[in-house]
Amino acid sequence: MSTATATTSPAGSEELAAVRTDDLAALLVAKERPPRPSALSASVTFGWRAMLKIKHVPEQLFDVTVFPIMMVLMYTYLFGGALAGSTSDYLQFLLPGVLVMSVVMITMYTGVAVNTDIEKGVFDRFRTLPIWRPAPMVGYLLGDVVRYAGASAVMLAVGMIMGFRPEGGAGGVLAGVALLLVFSFSFSWIWTMFGLLLRSEKSVMGVSMMMLFPLTFGSNIFVDPATMPGWLQAFVNNSPITHLSSAVRELMAGGWPGEDITWSLLWSAALVLVFGPITMRLYNRK
Amino acid sequence: MSEHRGGNAPAIETSGLVKVFGDTRAVDGIDLTVPTGTVYGVLGPNGAGKTTAVKMLATLLRPDGGEARIFGHDVRREAAIVRGMVSLTGQYASVDEDLTGVENLMLLGRLLGHHKTAARARAAQLLEAFGLNDAADRQVKNYSGGMRRRIDIAASILNTPDLLFLDEPTTGLDPRSRNQVWDIVRAVVAQGTTVLLTTQYLDEADQLASRIAVIDKGKVIAEGTKGELKASVGAGSVHLRLRNAHERPEAERLLARVLDAPVQADPDPVALTARVGDGDDGNGAAPQAARALAELAAAGITVDTFSLGQPSLDEVFLSLTDRPADLTTDTTTDTTATGTLTKETAA
Repeated sequence: MSTATATTSPAGSEELAAVRTDDLAALLVAKERPPRPSALSASVTFGWRAMLKIKHVPEQLFDVTVFPIMMVLMYTYLFGGALAGSTSDYLQFLLPGVLVMSVVMITMYTGVAVNTDIEKGVFDRFRTLPIWRPAPMVGYLLGDVVRYAGASAVMLAVGMIMGFRPEGGAGGVLAGVALLLVFSFSFSWIWTMFGLLLRSEKSVMGVSMMMLFPLTFGSNIFVDPATMPGWLQAFVNNSPITHLSSAVRELMAGGWPGEDITWSLLWSAALVLVFGPITMRLYNRK
Repeated sequence: MSEHRGGNAPAIETSGLVKVFGDTRAVDGIDLTVPTGTVYGVLGPNGAGKTTAVKMLATLLRPDGGEARIFGHDVRREAAIVRGMVSLTGQYASVDEDLTGVENLMLLGRLLGHHKTAARARAAQLLEAFGLNDAADRQVKNYSGGMRRRIDIAASILNTPDLLFLDEPTTGLDPRSRNQVWDIVRAVVAQGTTVLLTTQYLDEADQLASRIAVIDKGKVIAEGTKGELKASVGAGSVHLRLRNAHERPEAERLLARVLDAPVQADPDPVALTARVGDGDDGNGAAPQAARALAELAAAGITVDTFSLGQPSLDEVFLSLTDRPADLTTDTTTDTTATGTLTKETAA
């Protein structure tokens, strides 16, 4: 950066440049303390941190790109013919649902990230800062929303190549993705809670899987629930994932599924209202 | 900041501070008063409750009992004010390993309310002052132990804090990096920041702190100035290796007489360890040790090696608690680190 100076100590060696106590003293004398940042500014700064982490550890994007592509290919070509007569017909039905499933599945990495930060100790540093308390959590989720948007873009691109033609056009697709992002942001508060609650990364993963598999498969993503036994229909038809995937599917097909949109948003609000405060309570008590 | 300070309130004031984890009373009624503008040492072995106490004072843990005030502000009820005045460096309050040095400092600068350009400038100045310029754009996970500690401390003084907690800042560092951390601590305290330093090393507390509290099993077992503390332990410990094992009993008697202190026969048949006080003249341990050596030479006893060190934490504990500290590895002095300091008759 521009402040690189003329000091020519060889880089890379373990021989460290000396501490300049005079410079240090001068720095310490400057006791200006700016006012604390606003809630928004602090949250966005934590979101920036999440972006930096993607820059330094791009491997973490593997989950949000390769996994969704795999899902689309697998379900379309393995089951499409059997379930809907032809793979191309099935893709029209399936793609919005698989999009929902994949993004909801990758929300669990939020919990893993929280848990890792606690273990590494960086968390306690944040907790001693005089900032809006939920900011680190909101920052994780803001960063994650960017990842979800990336995953959605990748999947839609692959879907289009395979022959997905949404009748709702760009507007319908964007509306569908926007609804999905809102829901995923809200849903992630469950994982911030587990990230704080559970002891290790592995247990966070385990619990997430145990919740996500029944929730995503027990929906109308893959098949019409009409053929399911009555007790299962009762669950599936009221599952937030069913409402969400119906809404996204209809929006992309050019419709306006008011009821499903409302349910999806109500679920989102409820998730934040329940798990947001629990997360913050755990965060403050940790 | 000055408007935050409650008049002449001490930097830290606790009374009956308690933290319980399950059946363990990790902190069991600690009373401390730390005056402003000084380095206060908290000395104790692993598991003594040092870190738990610091975490409560830094608002990371809620006390289960007692009171704690930072510049007059209660850590429970006025946590937000306290967070604005303190910062913390320890194994647990760290920086983000995935980010570079400059990114970490910028992140924290932004979170402390600096604008982007100001945060960048401050980050650059700190990296320069801490000799980390060359590593500014490297991920912290690739830093050496000494660099790592520096970036941790740099992160803690982004805004010059009124009170800085340093929780075992030199554990695991080589002697040179340790000295540099000490220089940093001295520079920080010279600018008026109060420092609470926890350490396992008496030597470190001796170098930096003006007052020291010794903590064991969640309780303060001794508190005072360095001089007061040392007087209770002895100023140093002398370690000898003789040429001939059969001369040891005589050397032992001689040392006991000259030094007027307990002498211990080590498992090594030619080695002896003795405590040395400050002496009646108050000139410290060295003149007395020299006198002892001279007497040994006069008696015709050949001494192969000789060393004079500070009393180890083991010895402090032995003297304060009548039992050895449950230290797993380290003590400060090379010679007495054998961990075999069996019961001496407490002086």
